[in-house]
Amino acid sequence: MIRFDHVFKSYPNGREALHDVSFEVAAGEFVFLTGRSGAGKSSVLKLLTLLERPTRGTVTVNGQETSALPARAIPAFRRRLGIVFQDHQLLADRSVYENVALPLRVSDTGFRDVDKRVRAALDQVGLHGRERASPGELSIGEQQRVGIARAVVARPAVLIADEPTGNLDHGLAREVIELFRRFQDVGVTVLVATHDMALVREFSQREILIDEGKVYTGRSLGGEAA
Amino acid sequence: MNAISRYFSRHLQALLSAFARLLKRPFGSLLSVLVIAMALALPASLWLLVKNAQSVAGDVTESIELAVYFKLEAPLERAEELARAAVSRADVAEAVVVSADEGLEEFRQFSGFGPALDALEGNPLPHVLTVRPKADYATPEGVESLRRYLAAAAEVETVQVDGEWVRRLAALLDLLRSVLLSLAAVLGAGVLVLIGNTIRFEIGTRRAEIEVIKLVGGSNAFVRRPFLYEGVVFGLLGGLVAIGIVALVIVSLAPAVERLAVLYGGGFVLTGATILEALALVGAGTLLGWLGAWLGAARLIARIEPRD
Repeated sequence: MIRFDHVFKSYPNGREALHDVSFEVAAGEFVFLTGRSGAGKSSVLKLLTLLERPTRGTVTVNGQETSALPARAIPAFRRRLGIVFQDHQLLADRSVYENVALPLRVSDTGFRDVDKRVRAALDQVGLHGRERASPGELSIGEQQRVGIARAVVARPAVLIADEPTGNLDHGLAREVIELFRRFQDVGVTVLVATHDMALVREFSQREILIDEGKVYTGRSLGGEAA
Repeated sequence: MNAISRYFSRHLQALLSAFARLLKRPFGSLLSVLVIAMALALPASLWLLVKNAQSVAGDVTESIELAVYFKLEAPLERAEELARAAVSRADVAEAVVVSADEGLEEFRQFSGFGPALDALEGNPLPHVLTVRPKADYATPEGVESLRRYLAAAAEVETVQVDGEWVRRLAALLDLLRSVLLSLAAVLGAGVLVLIGNTIRFEIGTRRAEIEVIKLVGGSNAFVRRPFLYEGVVFGLLGGLVAIGIVALVIVSLAPAVERLAVLYGGGFVLTGATILEALALVGAGTLLGWLGAWLGAARLIARIEPRD
């Protein structure tokens, strides 16, 4: 489902963010991507969402090799991903309903389907009845749930979360990870980037550790890098 | 929902959201619409004035005549023969022969020189043929062509055409048309710049939103669409307001023009835009709005990429 094959990523300033990174996440798997700030997690996510291209090596998502994708195919590629951001990235001047509906609007989903799916997604994250609220009226935790509802509303095969619990207290963070687990239960591949090791230890999921641009896979709960 | 209804629903959605955004900043939108309307109304009003002037010129050209003076020794039959030949032409409405005797008699009646004329040994006047061209041919070129034809007859001494003023009027209308075209081009470019700039400003204020839309898979076309509709709405409203301004111009000028027409013994009435012309004005505004928005939005939106 997700495959990094000898990936190198260097930026124009000469900094090498990733060095010969290879790992695989199977379909329906839940994986934590961990590491210190600046270790290379963001670069992995940027390559996954095609905000960046690898300098060398190949990245494959949903069976599609991203380096071969022309720019015009990027929107369709992103529509098959669900992306959750640390700062939610909600549109302040639109209602909760319209924020969640956005991925469906960009894919030309019919009005009835949009309504059905938005309500279902809000139900899944426990925000039924808050459709008309604006993001500013919600708590931080609720805003993150709206972000998650938006990420799953188009039923993506892969869900990518960038520090989704970064602004939440431990209780809320736990709830969010539980929510991701529920999506994994219905077959969604989940990759959560986090530096919250306490949270990682609480959940028995595979972890991919990145340190100084190199990846260490196969690390089990609380164990050391392989 | 099939592809066609999805197509219309997304365009309807973009149109409604464009209206909604304009209503969010009513004063700024109103100012932009008024500037566009004035830029459209100015050449449109000028065009209507030229059109009215052309209609006046058309009425007057019906009275253009060519006076063909025959040589003194030319027989009357020859004048009548040329009159028949002229009338058979497609560009001649009427040809009347005034014989030398009739001419002298008229002169005797109207000049007051009767006794003096009696002292003359003979008739010093030639036969005269007056030729009136058809309205469609009462152009400088048409009149000149007819003059050459009449002057070519061997018995003709000279052909007089009071055509100078026709040429002047035609040249003036040509000049006005050129001014109109230049003005329309400059003001049209102004509308493009205004709408393009407004849309670019709008895109700048909504950059974060555009980045999010692109992150969730929105294409450049999807992002661009509401901005294009915004331009279309600006142009459409500008065109509608321009029709009102043009109507006001016509209504305010009409009494003065009618008074002037009465002085010249005519019953001329200033006419406004027809429905087709009004639709063309709105269409031009809408097209300029779309084009301006496209110029302002297309490259800028394509350059915006999500940063995180």
